Amino acid sequence: MDTSQYLEMFIEESKEHLQACNEHLLELEKNPSDIAIVNEVFRSAHTLKGMSATMGYEDIANLTHKMENVLDLIRNSKLHVTAELLDVIFIAVDQLEEMVLDIAVGGKGKLDVTDTVQKLHVIETGEEVPVAATTVEMKEEIESAQENWLSYDDYELTVIHQSFEQDYQTYEISVQLREDCLLKAARVFMVFELLEKMGDVIKSSPSVEKLEDEQFDNTFYIALVTSEPKDDVQKKLLKVSEVTEVKVNPVTIEQIKNRQNSELQKVVETQELVVQTEDTSDINDSPRTSSEKSNPSKANQTVGNKTIRVNIERLDILMNLFEELVIDRGRLQSISEELHNNELDETVERMSRITGDLQNIILNMRMVPVETVFNRFPRMVRQLARDLNKKINLEVIGADTELDRTVIDEIGDPLVHLIRNSLDHGVESPEIRKANGKPEEGTVVLRAYHSGNHVFIEIEDDGAGVNRQKVLKKAISKGLVSQEVAATLSDKQVAEFILSSGFSTADVISDVSGRGVGLDVVKTTIESLGGTIDISSTEGKGSLFSIQLPLTLSIISVMLVELGEEIYAIPLSSIIETAIIKSSDILNAHNQKVIDFRGKVVPLVFLENVFDVPRDSKEEEFHSVVLVRKGDKLAAIVVDSFIGQQEIVLKSLGEYLTSVFAISGATILGNGKVALIVDCNALII
Amino acid sequence: MTEAVVVKSVKVVVFQLADKEYVIPVSQVQGIEKLIHITRVPKTPPYVKGVINLRGVVTPIIDLKNRFGLGESVLDESSRIIIITLENMNVGVIVDSANDVLDIPTDAIEPQPEVVGGLEQDFIAGVAKLERRLLILLHLNLILNPIKSGV
Repeated sequence: MDTSQYLEMFIEESKEHLQACNEHLLELEKNPSDIAIVNEVFRSAHTLKGMSATMGYEDIANLTHKMENVLDLIRNSKLHVTAELLDVIFIAVDQLEEMVLDIAVGGKGKLDVTDTVQKLHVIETGEEVPVAATTVEMKEEIESAQENWLSYDDYELTVIHQSFEQDYQTYEISVQLREDCLLKAARVFMVFELLEKMGDVIKSSPSVEKLEDEQFDNTFYIALVTSEPKDDVQKKLLKVSEVTEVKVNPVTIEQIKNRQNSELQKVVETQELVVQTEDTSDINDSPRTSSEKSNPSKANQTVGNKTIRVNIERLDILMNLFEELVIDRGRLQSISEELHNNELDETVERMSRITGDLQNIILNMRMVPVETVFNRFPRMVRQLARDLNKKINLEVIGADTELDRTVIDEIGDPLVHLIRNSLDHGVESPEIRKANGKPEEGTVVLRAYHSGNHVFIEIEDDGAGVNRQKVLKKAISKGLVSQEVAATLSDKQVAEFILSSGFSTADVISDVSGRGVGLDVVKTTIESLGGTIDISSTEGKGSLFSIQLPLTLSIISVMLVELGEEIYAIPLSSIIETAIIKSSDILNAHNQKVIDFRGKVVPLVFLENVFDVPRDSKEEEFHSVVLVRKGDKLAAIVVDSFIGQQEIVLKSLGEYLTSVFAISGATILGNGKVALIVDCNALII
Repeated sequence: MTEAVVVKSVKVVVFQLADKEYVIPVSQVQGIEKLIHITRVPKTPPYVKGVINLRGVVTPIIDLKNRFGLGESVLDESSRIIIITLENMNVGVIVDSANDVLDIPTDAIEPQPEVVGGLEQDFIAGVAKLERRLLILLHLNLILNPIKSGV
């Protein structure tokens, strides 16, 4: 079967299921006796197993199968949830994730999982949990009973009964196909055709539909009513190529009845047993109502909105087309202004409104809840806490806050860095915490919220905070600050040192408070996204990292300026203000023209010189300047005139023109022409 | 069993530059556009004319004549921009005129003759003689080598 067309769907859904596994497993760790959670995990694992088997990813199917077995034991209360057990399952989920990612990048999803399978097997067979051994055996017995033998409903029993009366035989036949059988469905068809010549097939396991879809391993079971002798049936079936083994068992109506009765009894028995063990383990829990127990899964299921998955590229295309529309709208507007036709004016106005709404909708389509990034952290924190021997409680607030997809894709790594940092160097070990009169369990809060045109993401811990003395000592030795100035710095200013690049070297981790493992990288990444990062820390009480991000990267506010015939856009985020200065205000300092701006000497940058704008140079008495900043440094960019402030859609210059000096991108203006966006950071050295 | 079946051919777009005819495989041509406003990009090599708005996509434009060291293109009514797609990269090249679409039999393509000479020879993948016409095949990968940093 060609499954390539389902590949994308498979990958996406697998990721979702794995994420669900992760989340529920974490929940399970907190409430080890909640069978409803196990059921959720089981469901995800089961679906994953089915999907991967259909797609032909054997390793994934194998591993999920083993995982499922263990989960099944848990949900039947034959195993207790322990941290060690969860560790193994988490490893399994990790490996599954690895395999799915491998498939996503074009691999075959192969991975050596024998070790994990072995571990799961050990858990499953109960070598480490001898208490459960007897029940496990019983369970297997039932399973095999259910698997190997067919069970019949009343109608089928009647048919069998009647056939006995008419001297027909009923055989239960098991047919095994060769493992490398390519066209299983075809073999099944041939077997059925043969059987139907001999008699009536009254039942098959799996069902005929499943057999046709090849949804079985290599063996299937059939109940046949026939007058042919047993050996003939067997020999005829063995004639079908790729059939390796055929077992024909004559059954009597009594046998069937007995079997079904005993099976029923067994099931009831185990169920009783289940209830018993559950009761004992639940003894400390608050009693649950019976209705809750009868459908535990429903309560946990979230009501999903109807959604459709759209490739982000398609949204980009839609966006581009829409921009074309907006450009045409602009033209229409200017035409209607010239013509002064009332009806045209009205139509254009209506069109403007509708396109405005449309723009909002399209932009909203690109918004993704920050949850997609956040949901990998609980798992990470758990693992880190175990590795570091710390007790940490992670609180996630505002996971439904929405951000543009482009930002979401970028923000993950910096957050991982910050959280690791908080756990590793922020939160102290339980002993130290206890000694300092804090609860043993440290709390790390991950928070997201909207404010104005920005999204804030904060990571707060109640750990040791930044050690002022150590950081200052390091800063002085690195020459970042002088001894005298150091004493006057506020705690906040000191804390900000750990974001500077001098603090990212490896030896710092042990020397200074420990904070600052590559935090300068975090800072750079966030700044490249047009955001800022802020630290506030109180020694002994904890630290708060606050990241401010623009809602979307694709739309920014700019100031459009004119230079000769050309139009450039300067991002508003770097502009402090605009001003008009007189030529006589320009001063000379070492060949560098400067102005005195509110008592500060600010260098002038003549954009026309930097960009070699072709034009007739003329001396002007007044100059329009845009004051921009990069960190603490200022510069005054000299332009011909200001056009005004505008929201623009950010576009890249493409693969061909990578890293052009002082140009960070481009945008398309209302008249359809391209305007370049000035990268102020490159202009200020 | 006619021979025409055996002979493989490549479909190309033929364009004029100075007095020569060049070809680019159709598979690499995304479209042929008339000249529209080009926004100059400062601090780029002289053959980079700038960028255009190609239906919402900012597309860089290079002057092929200048790239070959044959001077500046004189832009007129017949000037065209051929949009070339190369490894996910879209680049427009300015040519004097785009003339034709042809099938060139692969066995008609010969390696570049030593005598061609000049700056452009590095960019030539081969030549094809078709009746009385000499068509020059281009090494697009070399011509459109991305510009890494501002010069």
